[in-house]
Amino acid sequence: MDDVFDAIVVGAGPAGCAAAYRLAKEGLQVLVVERGKFAGSKNVTGGVLYGPVMNELIPSFSAEAPVERRIMHHVITLLSEKSSLSIDYNAGDSEKHNGFSVLRSRFDRWFARKVEEAGGIVATGLRADDLLWQDGRVAGIVAGGDNIAGRVVIAADGVNSLLAEKAGLGVKLSPDNVNQGVKEIIKLPPETIEERFNLSGESGTAIHFLGFCTQGVHGGGFLYTNRESLSLGVVVQLKTLVEHNLKGVDLLEGFKSHPTVRELVKGGTTVEYSAHLVPAGGLSMVPRLYTDGLLVVGDAAALVLATGRALEGINFALESGMAAAETVKRAKGKNDFTKQTLSVYEQLLAQSFVLQDLKTFQKSAQFLENARLYGVYPELACRLAERIFEVDGKPKKKAWQIMREEMKGKVSIWQMIRDAISAKGAT
Amino acid sequence: MSPMTIAERLALNKYDVDAEPHIHLKLEVCQKCDRSPCLYICPAECFKLREGKLSFAYEGCLECGSCRIACDKGAIEWSYPRGGFGVSFEYG
Ligand SMILES: Cc1cc2nc3c(=O)[nH]c(=O)nc-3n(C[C@H](O)[C@H](O)[C@H](O)COP(=O)(O)OP(=O)(O)OC[C@H]3O[C@@H](n4cnc5c(N)ncnc54)[C@H](O)[C@@H]3O)c2cc1C
Ligand code: SF4
Ligand code: SF4
Repeated sequence: MDDVFDAIVVGAGPAGCAAAYRLAKEGLQVLVVERGKFAGSKNVTGGVLYGPVMNELIPSFSAEAPVERRIMHHVITLLSEKSSLSIDYNAGDSEKHNGFSVLRSRFDRWFARKVEEAGGIVATGLRADDLLWQDGRVAGIVAGGDNIAGRVVIAADGVNSLLAEKAGLGVKLSPDNVNQGVKEIIKLPPETIEERFNLSGESGTAIHFLGFCTQGVHGGGFLYTNRESLSLGVVVQLKTLVEHNLKGVDLLEGFKSHPTVRELVKGGTTVEYSAHLVPAGGLSMVPRLYTDGLLVVGDAAALVLATGRALEGINFALESGMAAAETVKRAKGKNDFTKQTLSVYEQLLAQSFVLQDLKTFQKSAQFLENARLYGVYPELACRLAERIFEVDGKPKKKAWQIMREEMKGKVSIWQMIRDAISAKGAT
Repeated sequence: MSPMTIAERLALNKYDVDAEPHIHLKLEVCQKCDRSPCLYICPAECFKLREGKLSFAYEGCLECGSCRIACDKGAIEWSYPRGGFGVSFEYG
């Protein structure tokens, strides 16, 4: 081995590991530096790993990786202050499921081990402090007081990408385009989880909450089942927290003590408390993705899909990591790591779901600014359900009439139609 | 489940605290800050008001970066802890 790595990957999250795994498999010399004591020790996600992307990279992964449960149930729950209304999709016993719940501290650690098995070097407990420059191009990193040379650097250092920032490719994070997630892990025996959520064996459920979980402000709540624990959290736009003088942790406590959620977490013990940011501005916040000797992948490039249904970042991180690896492989073939050659990366992303989905949903971020989504509508839906199910000994009214009555003073028909139209364009 | 304080929550996590702080505050800038978003935004409550004065403790930091983005006065010099230090999540 000569003393120049073909690629230096900063960060052993899904983006970095995917890139490094591919490159190592292709026989390139790759070094991953990870600031955590072990890969995954700094990482927090909801988290459901959606879709088949991981399968493409490591076909045997679901048997090998420490995944928690197969998500067979997807639930959307609207919360008013005291009640809730759920839409429950159950995939039944069909083989079709679309994701696994994962705990990132375990999953990422496994993934980094796969990188090593494939021949990559993973240096944990090492923080990249700076980029190394040579003749105006990125030529490696500075870490732990050493200069480490690489033909290309892949910035996979996540949402606060200080490295991409140093090259002028950083995402412009601001309180309105970034959300804060606060999360608890709640231990419960597997039998209790299975009984309570109507699960059999390995199956799991993902519940997305809208409404009272954020006290009616921009954001949502989630509850995902793991094997022996629940992941419970709220995700809220930073700007909204500041404007309303709210604290994420207070929202989490309020969410947890909501009558509906209280039943679901009953008897559990909190064993971890964590927080993490997630880019939520969509396509408009994606920065320039490459320059001479540098590629930016995953959260570092804000490649996250936030549509209001669910948060998808892991598969975007994986796919962008794989595209970066393919780009580096081609660059190595030509022994040319200039931005002209590295521009292939953006083409590959444009051909994949990564940039296409972000484009399809480019109006989402703006649509999700609508406060009625978090306050008026969940409230209205719950009231409507309450009155429809209510038998009070008086003559019944038609649903439409009840709805008109409940809407009074809260939202006009026209407003609702306008919101429905923008929802059509954005979600 | 009964409510927990931030201190109780942070006590659940594993930390390897570096003697050298990874976040530095220019407290003279904070003196002129009227809204102090850092007080709401920090999920570890590292920022506290004591007798009208801001104080900061980095030990319980969850390394989220919220304060970096929310402070619009440029009072925060922010970085991650040195490699291997800081919080270590067991679940994530
Ligand atoms: C609360 C919450 C819920 C979410 N839910 C979901 C979900 O259910 N499904 C989903 O698909 N996505 C979800 N996401 C988004 C998803 O977690 C991210 O998009 C994804 O983790 C991005 O992966 P990444 O590899 O780009 O970055 P990360 O996973 O953040 O990895 C970055 C890595 O770089 C390391 N690092 C950083 N700086 C340095 C440095 N200077 N030197 C060395 N190492 C460094 C970090 O320690 C870390 O290991 C959620 C996010 C949050 C916050
Ligand atoms: S927001 Fe910034 S300037 Fe204001 S008190 Fe907090 S750290 Fe200081
Ligand atoms: S990085 Fe997050 S946890 Fe740490 S001090 Fe800033 S806001 Fe608080």
